[in-house]
Amino acid sequence: MHIVVCVKQVPDTTNVRINPETNTLMREGVESIINPFDEFALEEALKLKDAHGARVTVISMGPPQAEVVLREAMARGADDVVLLTDRAFAGADTLATSYAISQAIKKVNARPDLVLFGKQAIDGDTAQVGPGVSEFLDCALVTYVKSIKVEGDTYTVETQMDEGVDVIEGKMPAVMTVVKEASTPRFATLSGWMQAKKVEIPRWGAKEVKAEAAMCGLEGSPTKVVKIFAPPVKTGGVRMDGREEPSAAVDAIVKLLQDKGVA
Amino acid sequence: MADAPIFIDPAKCRGCKKCITACPFDALFMEGKLAVVKPDECRACNACIKACPFKAITSTAKAETKKADLGDFKGIWVFAEQHHGKVQEVAYELLATGRRLAKDRGCELAAVVLGHNVKDSASHLIAAGADKVYVVDQPELAEYEANVYTDALNQLIAKYKPEVILAGATAVGRAFFAKVAVRARTGLTADCTALSIDKESHLLHQTRPAFGGNIMATIMTPNHRPQMATVRPKVFKMTPPDAKRKGETLLEALKLVAGDTRIVKAERNASAVNIAEAEIIVAGGRGLKKAENLEQLKRLADLLGGVVGVSRACVDAGWISASHQVGQTGKTVCPKIYLAFGISGAIQHLEGMRGADTIIAINNDPHAAIFNVADLGIVGDLFEILPMLIEAVEAKNNGAK
Ligand SMILES: Cc1cc2nc3c(=O)[nH]c(=O)nc-3n(C[C@H](O)[C@H](O)[C@H](O)COP(=O)(O)OP(=O)(O)OC[C@H]3O[C@@H](n4cnc5c(N)ncnc54)[C@H](O)[C@@H]3O)c2cc1C
Ligand SMILES: Nc1ncnc2c1ncn2[C@@H]1O[C@H](COP(=O)(O)O)[C@@H](O)[C@H]1O
Repeated sequence: MHIVVCVKQVPDTTNVRINPETNTLMREGVESIINPFDEFALEEALKLKDAHGARVTVISMGPPQAEVVLREAMARGADDVVLLTDRAFAGADTLATSYAISQAIKKVNARPDLVLFGKQAIDGDTAQVGPGVSEFLDCALVTYVKSIKVEGDTYTVETQMDEGVDVIEGKMPAVMTVVKEASTPRFATLSGWMQAKKVEIPRWGAKEVKAEAAMCGLEGSPTKVVKIFAPPVKTGGVRMDGREEPSAAVDAIVKLLQDKGVA
Repeated sequence: MADAPIFIDPAKCRGCKKCITACPFDALFMEGKLAVVKPDECRACNACIKACPFKAITSTAKAETKKADLGDFKGIWVFAEQHHGKVQEVAYELLATGRRLAKDRGCELAAVVLGHNVKDSASHLIAAGADKVYVVDQPELAEYEANVYTDALNQLIAKYKPEVILAGATAVGRAFFAKVAVRARTGLTADCTALSIDKESHLLHQTRPAFGGNIMATIMTPNHRPQMATVRPKVFKMTPPDAKRKGETLLEALKLVAGDTRIVKAERNASAVNIAEAEIIVAGGRGLKKAENLEQLKRLADLLGGVVGVSRACVDAGWISASHQVGQTGKTVCPKIYLAFGISGAIQHLEGMRGADTIIAINNDPHAAIFNVADLGIVGDLFEILPMLIEAVEAKNNGAK
């Protein structure tokens, strides 16, 4: 079995501000981490590897420093990693990102058994890249997966839907997006780190993955950001000290609930 | 249509006929020893590409990405998601917004329903604002399957060319709309909180939060059609239905691809709360100290007709399942009332609930960040206030009877 996992490097705190002059994001001084949801996707892949034996390839697209998340993935047990990095990919929206990543996956393996994504990236929050890749790979799509079982070429997964849990069955290959309810990600081992530190990470650009320029980066992105602004701040709330007289506080809550028509 | 979506390389085709059996649309036939495609029948499902052992068939889809004739695309569509015949509320919310957009754009508003035994929903959608309802009512659509749903909607898009399509950012909408957009080679903006038609360009302005709600971005799709967006439930308000409204229902019969997956079991128990849809959320954080204290929150939530939400700290502690978690890695909620007991108000938590109409926070730390977003902030001990509040609401409820 060959499993490809896509992980993204994202800013740790979401305390990213905008530069009011340039209207660009100020990411300086913000630490970077593996997108939390992608850790669950990687963990599911590693669990399948433990249970059935599998090759796990991890792909990340981003600037050169995104290498860090790939080393972390190797230290946890991934077999090989690829960094997709090229100026040509800059400014990609979800269509252009899905395209570039799917080209890289095709180069890794024309037909991997499973391609796993996190449910969403916490910086963009779109949850669109996994489904987009499934389309470019022309492959089954299962979203919001919380557990994966594999038998032969058949998978059985539980998915977290809005109204409850579904059990879904299908034949590999498939693209899946994984939610938090999946199991707790393992830590990297010391020996894993020792190995991962030494590995030379292959870097692929648009040429290596045979991506067409017109479909990459800004040019290949149908959506254009036309304005960035700070959200309206909420102020003017009422503050009460309920330590001395909790009953007054309770009265205030009940009154507000009544005003809003709920109590 | 001049160009077929696929190309069969005569140098590579060996005449094995595997593609002909694989094609669900009878779009391929044999001419002598070579397979040939009927351009008008081919739906670009790519089943033949997968089936061909000689890699003789390739997709020419990239040829379609050349700028579409934008003027051909007209009208605003709302994808009306339904589960077992019941249209999801978010569809009605989108129709209310769609009406406003259609007025500004001077165009028609249509709803699209995919499902089985769903014809009855059309009248509700018309009452909610649709001028037209496209209904695809077929057994293959009884349950959501990503590829089948994508095929159905993309066929309708190709046939009717809408200028704008909106869907709810639900588990289903978020997943398959992304696939639809890629197949149509157009843009999709997720989780919009504001939509409007730009007066000059007539383009859809799509505004959404990004980077954990710290910034807002306005996005447009200038050169591709349709312009697509998803919107979370409860972001827009429904308008009351108008049973006198007139509209047209069009029943579409489609030839659909077979699904890749099937549902073997669906646990749609009534107790499974969907906090994203809730009007009233009684939320708690680490300040509750232990799992048992969640019972009190549940009690209050029941009294108010609401549901329980929690911070990540409670989920990490194993007190409750992750489906109750509010925030960046949990759910985004937009209830009328959000009561927060013992939640500090970390940025990742605020991101998920700052859209609530009214926020009431109880915390014993006067400097807790949650107070910055609270309409009513009470510095106090939740173990004092919560039982008293339960009592007061109980008394009110009994008095009302
Ligand atoms: C990548 C990432 C994603 C995250 N995603 C989420 C997310 O989706 N949702 C989320 O919630 N968090 C998320 N977090 C975690 C978040 O940063 C906070 O750690 C978490 O929200 C804290 O939960 P809390 O407010 O319950 O706990 P604490 O921060 O410990 O706050 C407890 C509060 O209770 C108050 N308190 C204690 N006792 C009492 C009492 N008797 N009466 C009244 N008040 C009392 C305290 O003053 C304190 O303010 C994320 C973190 C990261 C790094
Ligand atoms: N630049 C990237 N490199 C690798 N994986 C990515 C990248 N962007 C998105 N993904 C994957 O796609 C998922 C959804 O991302 P998004 O659609 O941006 O919310 C993430 O959880 C990742 O698994």
